[in-house]
Amino acid sequence: MGITFRKETFRDDYTFRNSPEHIRRFPFPFNEDAYMYAVNIEPHVVGPKGSVLENLIDVDEHYVAEMQDRALVLAEDPLRCQSLPHMTLAGWDLLELLMEQQALGYPEHFTLERDGDRWRWINRPLGIDDTFTFGDTSTLPYGPMEYITRQSQGDFCILDQRDGNLWMDAGMVTTQADWSLDFDIGMNFFEWHAPVPLAHEKGIFTRALKFLTNIQQGKPARRLNWTMTINPRLDTSPENYHKWGPDRATVTPENVGEKVHLRVELQSFWRLPRSNAIVFPIRCYLIKMDELVTQPKWARRLHRVIRDLPEELATYKGLTRYRPTLVEWLSKLDDGSPTSPGFGPD
Amino acid sequence: MSTGTTKLDVVVSDVVPVNDLVTRFHFRRRDGELLPTFSGGAHVVVEMRDSDRTRLNPYSLMGSPLDTREYTISVRRDDVGRGGSLFMHRQVKPGLEMVISYPVNLFSLDLRAKKHLMLAGGIGITPFMAQTSQLAAAGGNFELHYTCRTASLGTYADVLQQRYGSRVKLYHDDREERIDLDRLLSSQPLGTHLYVCGPAGMINWVRDRAAALGWPSETVHFEHFAAPQPGAPFDVTLAVSGKTIRVGEQQSLLEAMEAAGVDPPYLCRGGVCGQCETNVISSDGKFIHNDHWLSEEDHRSGCKIMPCVSRFDGKSLVLER
Repeated sequence: MGITFRKETFRDDYTFRNSPEHIRRFPFPFNEDAYMYAVNIEPHVVGPKGSVLENLIDVDEHYVAEMQDRALVLAEDPLRCQSLPHMTLAGWDLLELLMEQQALGYPEHFTLERDGDRWRWINRPLGIDDTFTFGDTSTLPYGPMEYITRQSQGDFCILDQRDGNLWMDAGMVTTQADWSLDFDIGMNFFEWHAPVPLAHEKGIFTRALKFLTNIQQGKPARRLNWTMTINPRLDTSPENYHKWGPDRATVTPENVGEKVHLRVELQSFWRLPRSNAIVFPIRCYLIKMDELVTQPKWARRLHRVIRDLPEELATYKGLTRYRPTLVEWLSKLDDGSPTSPGFGPD
Repeated sequence: MSTGTTKLDVVVSDVVPVNDLVTRFHFRRRDGELLPTFSGGAHVVVEMRDSDRTRLNPYSLMGSPLDTREYTISVRRDDVGRGGSLFMHRQVKPGLEMVISYPVNLFSLDLRAKKHLMLAGGIGITPFMAQTSQLAAAGGNFELHYTCRTASLGTYADVLQQRYGSRVKLYHDDREERIDLDRLLSSQPLGTHLYVCGPAGMINWVRDRAAALGWPSETVHFEHFAAPQPGAPFDVTLAVSGKTIRVGEQQSLLEAMEAAGVDPPYLCRGGVCGQCETNVISSDGKFIHNDHWLSEEDHRSGCKIMPCVSRFDGKSLVLER
């Protein structure tokens, strides 16, 4: 049967919507009524059917529209995709991983045929049928990382591992929450996390780096992160701040439900076999408040989380301007009754 | 979340004596599928069921990373070691079913290097077998300097010279051939990375000379698996699990914990990866630190121990395990 891919936009007229099934599978990131940083890392193993974890690389109804949006971003700004010269091998590793996972999870949409290093890749939703030589960049229209990440939802950072640190040496980043690959390229783990408040004092990054450098092949890990975005815009980059930053001043009590979106990142971490690098897919899920509050538990809990969020975090996540309006709007949906444990809707 | 690696069920597909001391073992997956791809420099931990005890020894993968139909390791027989190599040489025959870990790479190539300068001593040649295969296939620039005791004990020297010709330079101890290390290290082009694998003395010598000649530490890579050293037995209290155990003469502290059903995470079992780092709650005695993971300050403080290779001599030791 397969997925029915939506025709929708993440800019201009913003026709992005979640179907009722996709609302229920939304990866709501709060398992209790308050939020603080934690190294909330767990093994990235297959989860329940009908959840975003049903496959380790998730493809959903927004796939085609997201890939079209990525192509638009890249046409305007090719530096969203960069790979330092020593990262080509890691790009091939990533190509193999994403082709394998997408073909495994969605055989009706993707097929990978291999005959030695002669590979054929069929991507039906995007109308692609390419035969190429694995390892020979001249047989693909783009470098291996760019080729496959133009066909895979989410941003991808490839981190080279050396000197006991991780280095942001390649990536495809077009759906980011206000950070820039072009700025971070070549930085190490501590350098690119420097702007994050509170977590340094808690020693979180030192522990996280130790964990990540020990990620083993065949044992990926994951965590959720979140922020909020006004309008369903995937490309909230610093480069385009002038296009989306001012939107934060447009939130009114009347348009909260339509304009304010919870933005959740499913981040996973995989050891790549040939290059010994780590790939860090950052998959962005958006849901507007009107959709989210169709699940009463989520409405109550989100109210409490946003209301009680420490000021530094609210500032870092860019919520300051519209937080009072949002909290007021959500408060009407919170009768004060308890919420059930766990992430999922009731 | 627990760390460590996934296991692979394999069968020994071939056992090939290479010379008087070294034997090569080939593994294939029991289900006939391909093995996981790996990168040059990776090792696997081989589980040996030796009557009532399980030995877990790391060995570098030496085949080409491009061929994952089988993995190959080479084991040098150590007649006075703790018995793992003797088990491999005497007990492991074609057809034996074994369990090995997924590959782990703690001796990775730095792919930014303009040139890879490799120094091997003895059985330390094995990770370079895989790394040279990987680099040669990608047109990489490398040069290998290999020291062995005699020509007949120059494991794979012939294969390497056949494959790579003048890129491989041999030095035989019995002919008193020595690497002119200072000259070699002083004549490398900018952007060269140095890799060394061999006996501890050789690694220390190369690292010291490289540092003295101004090589940045980021460009000097070494593989230093210390096999656990035997020593006098000692008793340990494991506070978290509420057990008191005795570490035998031929046993490592990590092995003694495992035998008691306590399973700290591990990757290398050689004092390098840091996984099994354990906090000391109290101690009365002297630590015998043999690892390359903890800082000198950690060693002096007596607050941490690496149970894979380090020991203790004294009245009491209580660990947070």
